[in-house]
Amino acid sequence: MHTRANLPGGILAGLWLLIILLPVYIMVRAALESQGAYTAGGPFAAPSEFTFSNFGLAIQMGFGRFLFNAAIITIGVVALVVVLVPPLAFAIVRSGSSWVRRVFRLMLFGLAIPAQVVVIPLYYLIDSLGLYDTLLGVILPTAAFVIPLTTLILTGSMREIGGELYEAMALDGASSVRTFLTMVLPLSRSGIATIVVYSALNAWNGFLLPLILTRSPEVTVATVGLNGFRSQFSVNIPGLMAAVILTIIPIFVVYLFARRSLVAGLTGVGGK
Amino acid sequence: MTRLATLERPTREAEKTQRRTSTTKGGLLRAGRPGLVWALPATLFFGVFALLPLAFAVYLSFTSYNGIRLSPPRFIGLENWQRLISDSAVGQSVVVTLTLVVLAVVTQIPLGLLTGVWAAGPRRGRAVVVALYFIPLLMSTAAVSVVWGALLDPNFGLPSALPWLFGDGNILGNRTSALVAIAFIYLWGASPLYTLIFQGAARSVPAVLYQAAQMDGAGRVRQFFSITVPQLRNTMITCTILIVVGTFTAFDIILILTRGGPSGGTSILPYLMYEQGFISYDLGYGSVIALVLVVLATIVSAVMVRVTGYDKMAGTQEGL
Repeated sequence: MHTRANLPGGILAGLWLLIILLPVYIMVRAALESQGAYTAGGPFAAPSEFTFSNFGLAIQMGFGRFLFNAAIITIGVVALVVVLVPPLAFAIVRSGSSWVRRVFRLMLFGLAIPAQVVVIPLYYLIDSLGLYDTLLGVILPTAAFVIPLTTLILTGSMREIGGELYEAMALDGASSVRTFLTMVLPLSRSGIATIVVYSALNAWNGFLLPLILTRSPEVTVATVGLNGFRSQFSVNIPGLMAAVILTIIPIFVVYLFARRSLVAGLTGVGGK
Repeated sequence: MTRLATLERPTREAEKTQRRTSTTKGGLLRAGRPGLVWALPATLFFGVFALLPLAFAVYLSFTSYNGIRLSPPRFIGLENWQRLISDSAVGQSVVVTLTLVVLAVVTQIPLGLLTGVWAAGPRRGRAVVVALYFIPLLMSTAAVSVVWGALLDPNFGLPSALPWLFGDGNILGNRTSALVAIAFIYLWGASPLYTLIFQGAARSVPAVLYQAAQMDGAGRVRQFFSITVPQLRNTMITCTILIVVGTFTAFDIILILTRGGPSGGTSILPYLMYEQGFISYDLGYGSVIALVLVVLATIVSAVMVRVTGYDKMAGTQEGL
């Protein structure tokens, strides 16, 4: 089909690539330069220095703690999703009960509720539970809001399992627990990988819920820390860029090792 | 439960499942099927932390509440709702919100379509370009906002280096340019997602259509508009919905970069709600705005579902 070179397409693609890469270049270069060198050279200059001192400054500003908190929240959210969602998806795919179908419709409705619209009552709820300003108080609602989409992803993945496999399990007299543990879970591995990545990204990159549900530096997460860093030191662009890079590194590592799951998790689809 | 199922008129979705599993119906083969219990933990969890707050927002909207535990919400009837009607900030915020949604759709769909279709081409180098396109997706919205905040800084950013392009350089200090900047940053951060989705969809367009068109002598532009665009219609609809819903996440950009300003010029409804709730500590009135948002979002998604038939593909994501 596309046999000739596509010149207009190529020009457009190249132009957009430039727009994507320019900020990335400025970010990386600035992070590795002293503030004086960056200010002297301006945003477009070629690299003139190489220093890791900005990263040191970011850590000194408490970014080590912020990254650690974000990691705890990510692990908590992933754990909750992995425990809660697979049984639900299994029930939706295999139960045949009308109540479970209603649950599925509820999840479709849940897709339309953005976390943003319930932050005020959530604040009240978390505060009443005594969980305000705790990591657990962020973990619980963050996990709740990824349940609808992760359920949809995993349901799609479990639908791919053939009916004859279930028949064979049933003929063996396997209970639903055994069917789930020995057959459904292993066969939906890639779907589970996708929901792990999707919920981890949501937890790691989440901003509004931790912003509203925490206050102390001991429980601040990386994204909220970036905002605080910016309002205090908007002049220190190299330091700010170093902090941004610190928050990207973990996701970049996942990108290198689990690209397929990451892409599926980012687009929130597939997982087949 | 089985009796309930037969009494209820089966939905289209249910019919599909029934047809699919009809071979496994019957006494012995009911064994090994999960009951409702399997669905309960996740449903309850979702109910407590997502649906209950939604219901609670309705209650809070009739109260005066300043977010302090010592003075719990106090019932004040319709006062907050009356205030809503006379509040000009809300009207302005609705206009700003709709403007941002339109800006987002008219920039992100064409860009995603063009780059995605280009990336779907067979040339090897394109995979590398797509991997680079991907970079903004690795960043949180907060990180994207902070980077662009530095780039738009009048003294240390792009405006100081390119004065012919940026004028006085105070991009975020002018209502129009601030909103355009927010839309652009949203585009920069979210576009790789749509490139990926359109790339996947473009690859699934049957090659034979292009071969036939080539034989008929149709040029590339003609092929694009007569084959690619109609074939990707569903994907465009899906992406439009994702963009409309995703505009809520522009909240992060706005909070970090403009705080709704200048003079409310970038104050989209979610930000107005945040401002009322957590800056003015008027959580009752903030809940009113939240509910306006819920109603608007429900209307928009219901209209879209009706117009596009999205409900038929939501379950399987076939549109992607």
